[in-house]
Amino acid sequence: MTTQRKAVALISGGLDSMLAAKIILNQGIHVEGVNIFTGFCVAGHTHAIRARDRNKSMRNHALWVADQLGIKLHIIDVIEEYKQVLLNPKHGYGANLNPCLDCKGFMVRKAREWMDQHRFDFIITGEVVGQRPKSQLKHKLPIIARESEAFDRLLRPLSAQVLEPTLPERAGWVDREKLGRITGRSRKAQMAMADRFGFSGYSQPAGGCCFLTDSNYSAKLRDLWRMRGERRYEFDDIMLLKVGRHLRPRPNFKLIVARDAGENRFLHGFSKRFTHLYTDSHPGPLALIDGHASRDELELAARITARFGQGRAASQVRVKVTQRDGHQQVLSVTPLSQDQIPKEWYV
Amino acid sequence: MTGFTLDARNLICPLPVVRTQEKVEQLDSGDELEVFCTDPAALHDIPAWCRIHGHQVVETSERRGDIVVRLRVHKLD
Ligand code: SF4
Repeated sequence: MTTQRKAVALISGGLDSMLAAKIILNQGIHVEGVNIFTGFCVAGHTHAIRARDRNKSMRNHALWVADQLGIKLHIIDVIEEYKQVLLNPKHGYGANLNPCLDCKGFMVRKAREWMDQHRFDFIITGEVVGQRPKSQLKHKLPIIARESEAFDRLLRPLSAQVLEPTLPERAGWVDREKLGRITGRSRKAQMAMADRFGFSGYSQPAGGCCFLTDSNYSAKLRDLWRMRGERRYEFDDIMLLKVGRHLRPRPNFKLIVARDAGENRFLHGFSKRFTHLYTDSHPGPLALIDGHASRDELELAARITARFGQGRAASQVRVKVTQRDGHQQVLSVTPLSQDQIPKEWYV
Repeated sequence: MTGFTLDARNLICPLPVVRTQEKVEQLDSGDELEVFCTDPAALHDIPAWCRIHGHQVVETSERRGDIVVRLRVHKLD
């Protein structure tokens, strides 16, 4: 009897890793997926928070993919460990704060550890040669195999035929002839393959798999580090960077102002940990103060908060300020007008 | 059968699933687990996770503003 070979697939939730897993499933290999949760993943979060996105699908893409493929998916929480990847990437950053090459090596390493623990035989990813500028150039792929210590147990089914044969191919566990030879940035070959497999409704995120490729998000993260005087973050910090308008009217504090009811609710969950403000006389947003604001600055914060509420045209708006220790005060202020808020305040 | 609860409130996707996954690992076949969440995405994600791992969703409901997913653990070994 031949041994049933087993592969662990890195499932991001996008189309490429879905296709890679399908190709290997079709060769009679037992496949299970792992999804690595760094805290920066796009899937779900903004939808979960923002009211206007509620009608869009709120599903987690990786789970959806696994469900479609009929494979198990194990989500691995790496929030803590990932800090080292993001804060000290050996190979540097991409266009924004995305440490893609280090990140890929790290994710494959996690899959490799999972493979060892569960006695699986090899690892598959949806990587395509030449698809992304930095991390998927042909000469970069061996770096990922080496640094993850997956070596030749790492197979990229979509591009396998243009790469050196790996152990699963050499040992005849999979048929190399039936693997892909896709290269480059065009998505045509993947779309055609998706059609052939009868896949529809998959997600095609434009930027990449995470917020770190987003320039606005990266700017907010840089601002956070600069103002704290050190490069460090906690999970709550990176969640809050995904939510609300961020305005820094003074170096010593930043305001996070909710944009809709969903964000109001989300920020409310943080309100015990921050001095926060909301308009008392009119409907309006909740705003958190990150940092320390003096008395005068609290008044400025109240005027900004009032600007984003329904009382923005009123001459006076009452704003309730609650300190972290629970102490409350009400300020009557004139909302700032739009042109009193310089663009530079927006982080 | 033993009943368990898990507080996954104020966590957003996919953390409620991650916590469910960790909790179910410690349980036996036939045990029931109630997961309390605030992120509505849990209504899609926990059932999807159950489906692919062979666990059964017994009921989903809303209690005092929380979303509650009750599932029954099925393990092969
Ligand atoms: S886009 Fe984000 S998750 Fe994807 S490889 Fe780059 S850093 Fe990692």
